[in-house]
Amino acid sequence: MTLQSDTAALPDQKPSSGFKARLFSPTALQKLLAFASLILLLIFFSFASPAFMQMDNILGILQATAVNGVLAIASTFVIITGGIDLSVGTLMTFTAVICGVFLTYWHLPMGIGVLAAIVTGALCGTISGTLTAKMKIPPFIATLGMMLLLKGLSLVVSADKPIYFTDTENFYRISQDSLIGYLLPSVPVPNAVLILFVLAIVSSITLNRTALGRYTFALGSNEEAVRLSGVNVDRWKIAIYGLGGAICGIAGLLIASRLNSAQPALGQGYELEAIAAVVIGGTSLSGGSGTILGTIIGAFIMSVLTNGLRIMSVAQEWQIVVTGLIIILAVYADILRRRKR
Amino acid sequence: MTPLISVNKLCKSFPGVRALHDVQFELMAGEVHALMGENGAGKSTLMKILAGVYTRDSGDMFVDGKPVAFTSPRDAQAAGIGIIHQELQLMNHLTVAQNIFIGREPRGHLGLFLDESELNARAREILERMHVHLDPRTVVDTLTVASQQMVEIAKALSFDSRVLIMDEPTSALNDAEIAELFRIIRKLKERGVGIVYISHKMDELKQISDRVTVMRDGEYVATVGTAQTSVQAIIGMMVGRTLADVAPYQGTARHNDVALEVKNLNAGPLVKDVSFTLRKGEILGFAGLMGAGRTEVARAVFGADPIESGEIIVKGAKVRITRPSDAVAHSIGYLSEDRKRFGLATGMDVESNIVMSNLGKFLSLNMFLRRTQVRKTALHFINLLGIRTPSATQPVRLLSGGNQQKIVIAKWLERNCDVLFFDEPTRGIDVGAKSEIYKLLRALAEQGKAIVMISSELPEILRMSDRIVVMCEGRVTGELTAGEATQERIMHLATQRESLQTA
Repeated sequence: MTLQSDTAALPDQKPSSGFKARLFSPTALQKLLAFASLILLLIFFSFASPAFMQMDNILGILQATAVNGVLAIASTFVIITGGIDLSVGTLMTFTAVICGVFLTYWHLPMGIGVLAAIVTGALCGTISGTLTAKMKIPPFIATLGMMLLLKGLSLVVSADKPIYFTDTENFYRISQDSLIGYLLPSVPVPNAVLILFVLAIVSSITLNRTALGRYTFALGSNEEAVRLSGVNVDRWKIAIYGLGGAICGIAGLLIASRLNSAQPALGQGYELEAIAAVVIGGTSLSGGSGTILGTIIGAFIMSVLTNGLRIMSVAQEWQIVVTGLIIILAVYADILRRRKR
Repeated sequence: MTPLISVNKLCKSFPGVRALHDVQFELMAGEVHALMGENGAGKSTLMKILAGVYTRDSGDMFVDGKPVAFTSPRDAQAAGIGIIHQELQLMNHLTVAQNIFIGREPRGHLGLFLDESELNARAREILERMHVHLDPRTVVDTLTVASQQMVEIAKALSFDSRVLIMDEPTSALNDAEIAELFRIIRKLKERGVGIVYISHKMDELKQISDRVTVMRDGEYVATVGTAQTSVQAIIGMMVGRTLADVAPYQGTARHNDVALEVKNLNAGPLVKDVSFTLRKGEILGFAGLMGAGRTEVARAVFGADPIESGEIIVKGAKVRITRPSDAVAHSIGYLSEDRKRFGLATGMDVESNIVMSNLGKFLSLNMFLRRTQVRKTALHFINLLGIRTPSATQPVRLLSGGNQQKIVIAKWLERNCDVLFFDEPTRGIDVGAKSEIYKLLRALAEQGKAIVMISSELPEILRMSDRIVVMCEGRVTGELTAGEATQERIMHLATQRESLQTA
């Protein structure tokens, strides 16, 4: 286009486009850093223990990342708006319990159970969003309330007992079967992982190519400016929390299918792992920037670390300590990089 | 001819404040209508009602003669009213084009995805029409404030607004950029766009506006033709009295003891071999253009930025200052140009702010706050400095800029500082409150405090200073006494660039 030559950027402005600029942009650099750490971890553990690189172990890592990864994707949306969602873990459990109620208590077809889990998730997310957007309750408090509320509801609905999917014989396949394994028998990657990757791609496109994604970044960048631009801020914020909730519903299905049961006492603590993955992946807690790819890398760093330390027979207590240190390091690296600019 | 906008008997109150009372305003097509008034006169409130940000309590509003009632910015945009807010309202993480079209993104074929190339093309078209050379794909965060301002203007233009409200659009622009803005405004005028222009700068109004409406304390004062009215008359209407021109100060402090001496100070690129002396009871003006290094000198002496080399001598003794707390221990105080960010806890009340930097003095058993003592001290300063506040427990954010500045001053007086650096002490303060701050600075000097006043307003420098240090590109390029200083001489020194000097 001829226009392009006329609109050369002023000397004081760095154009953000172009391959080089994109590669060295702050988020890209953080992603690169995170990715490099992941590779280093993989190399380290494969030298430290011959069992690490065994196919069984790799599949174990992938399987373990699936649920946390999906929850981290849900958290990514909310965190980019400058908010936080503490309810993702117990919401996941609640949707699993609801699915159990539909399938095991009411003997409904599997498709309806799946739909029920996702719709329940979306609904609960919408409630969190409404609390934040309309009632102006800070996201931390609103979702803290939702976290406890959902935890209690899970216990009430299930009468404090696990619900087993004994009547729905194919339910375990959602997570444990391997579509890829039918095509490539040597790499039987479980469906849960496939679902994680498909969801990551869809989420990434949503974030970068749709209006919802645009407002996710815009809200985190300057909510007041978005409001003054005539955008219905409340509606979009509720929609974003709703989407996050629906994704938690998917996580609920994955974990229920993997355990072939809905465990009502599970869930608390998952929200912090999810937030950690998001932060390690370079998404800023103050909002406005972040990527799904970063989050996925972050989720893998977390599970590789846990798995590797376990294989090296590091006591579980120390695994937790190391995880804490890694989170602090990741955020500090981010701060150092920002300061340099 | 029907006015584009007309407003009658408009009232608006916020909790505890009557912001607007029976205000009228009128805007014709193709007119630049300036809105003037001191801070807190209600200009921004009026404009925010026109732009749908606030809703009015009572009164009539007409667009093209038809009554309207906006409940959101979107309604106002639909009626063709665009606003450029005083504080930049941009999304820093998004690109120029994304900012311009936020909320109105062009969609692709399915209506599901955004059409980014169409978005950039449209933004490019608007920027070209403005003759602004900006890549629409640039992330706003990386732009200068001036360019960001241009993005705001482009955004307002993109609505094809028939009414454009500009709330202090030039506060961050330099002369060339202001000229560019005025060129754009004149072009819009030709197209019949009505422009409401809010500014504190009198010379700008004379250049660009056709009519001026003056407001005071939330009420309408008058509307006059710009060409027929003198600047003095407009100021008179704004403050409700005519301000006498004050003769430049004639210094008497030149034989007092030296309070602070700085020798060959180097600290970063904007402090190069800086030396000056400051005597008790004098006001030393620091003049220079933006980026001359004046704030940097103050920050270095105060220990806020690291010093590379040089000596700081306080009352005859050489001292080592590496942290602000060192400076405070040597009775040096620094009042930042950005009060809200560095000077005040705006959410807290008046008395808490006043005692904040010296809290240790108000503790019993090193633990408990002596509240009567705090209150007594606060009331003392409220009286001493004439701080206008309903009570000592009023949150600071509800006070005007001038009164906030007085609270910052009180805070440092409470610490008994002998040397005070005032960085742009009257920035963002209206005309009436300015002269009060001047009186206060003079009174402090007369009590024996040594004061450095950094200011970008030459009349202020000339009026207040016993002596004037002029800086350019991090160096001191000259020192003038009150008697020999003129605007021309200061400007001459302030533009003495190194490259020219050596040639």
